Amino acid sequence: MNIHVNGESRGTGEGQTVAGLLRELDIRTDRVAVELNLEILDRNDFETRGLRDGDRVEILSFIGGGGY
Amino acid sequence: MTTMNDRLVIAGREFQSRLWVGTGKYKDFAETKKAIDASGADVVTVAVRRVNITDRTKENLLDYLDPKKYIILPNTAGCYTVEDAVRYARLARAAGVSDLVKLEVLGDEKTLFPDTAGLIEAAKILIKEGFIVLPYTNDDPIVAKKLVDIGCPAVMPLAAPIGSGLGIRNPYNLKIIMETVKVPIIVDAGVGTASDAALAMEYGADAVLMNTAIAGAQDPIAMAEAMKYAVWAGRLAYKAGRIPRKLYATASSPIEGML
Repeated sequence: MNIHVNGESRGTGEGQTVAGLLRELDIRTDRVAVELNLEILDRNDFETRGLRDGDRVEILSFIGGGGY
Repeated sequence: MTTMNDRLVIAGREFQSRLWVGTGKYKDFAETKKAIDASGADVVTVAVRRVNITDRTKENLLDYLDPKKYIILPNTAGCYTVEDAVRYARLARAAGVSDLVKLEVLGDEKTLFPDTAGLIEAAKILIKEGFIVLPYTNDDPIVAKKLVDIGCPAVMPLAAPIGSGLGIRNPYNLKIIMETVKVPIIVDAGVGTASDAALAMEYGADAVLMNTAIAGAQDPIAMAEAMKYAVWAGRLAYKAGRIPRKLYATASSPIEGML
């Protein structure tokens, strides 16, 4: 199936979970926020939350910045 | 009085340092870390952005800034609408460990001045959701009071536009803010060099937050150290109480005993 991750189209396996996607991308779960179709997810739900075809996933973390 | 037992408390949290720093514009994370350590700051503000998913070799800022050692203060930098600022604040809380947020709602790309109407609206929403909102605001005493009235436990008025290095453009407004609100005041943005930071503290600010003044200096680590002492010196001078300004001289040596 195909999903959108941080604005880019990407294929992933059927039944993939949010946690599985993060592992696939080599991203540590303890430092990111995940927004799935505009819903901000609780980190504790990453393992159980399944992805569906066409889902829009945003993965964000902290970067250097003071004011804009 | 020493700087050691003169702690800043906001919303029941105790802060070690009265110098808060941003983490942007450094050459690399190693320099960021060195500068922050030289500044002595325990509060570091960070932005929230998309993770680079195509290049996973990029290091993570938090590999350098241990959240157990520093208080990570996420900001909503770059947000121009209430909706965006609220969204970024929620994402920051989801990515982090606390309810603290430095709230920015910007009004204009050229000045980066706050949209104070949007700021108040966004602050209301976030406070209702349990956030500890530290608002980046204009040097407007009325807006500062409104922010406090809706539940902000501190206000962060600007000294000058972000990154401008102009220093305190309106010291009289800042003094009025300090007189009219009873919460800590953190002067945020616009500081150019050590004397600006010292002056902010001498006026009675409770802390100063800066980024560009350190990161953009020719030697950021040396400037970070300069800022540490400037904030200390300014704070001590404020607590000590300066002499009044007078037009004419007053001799410091006695007349008595002169030939």
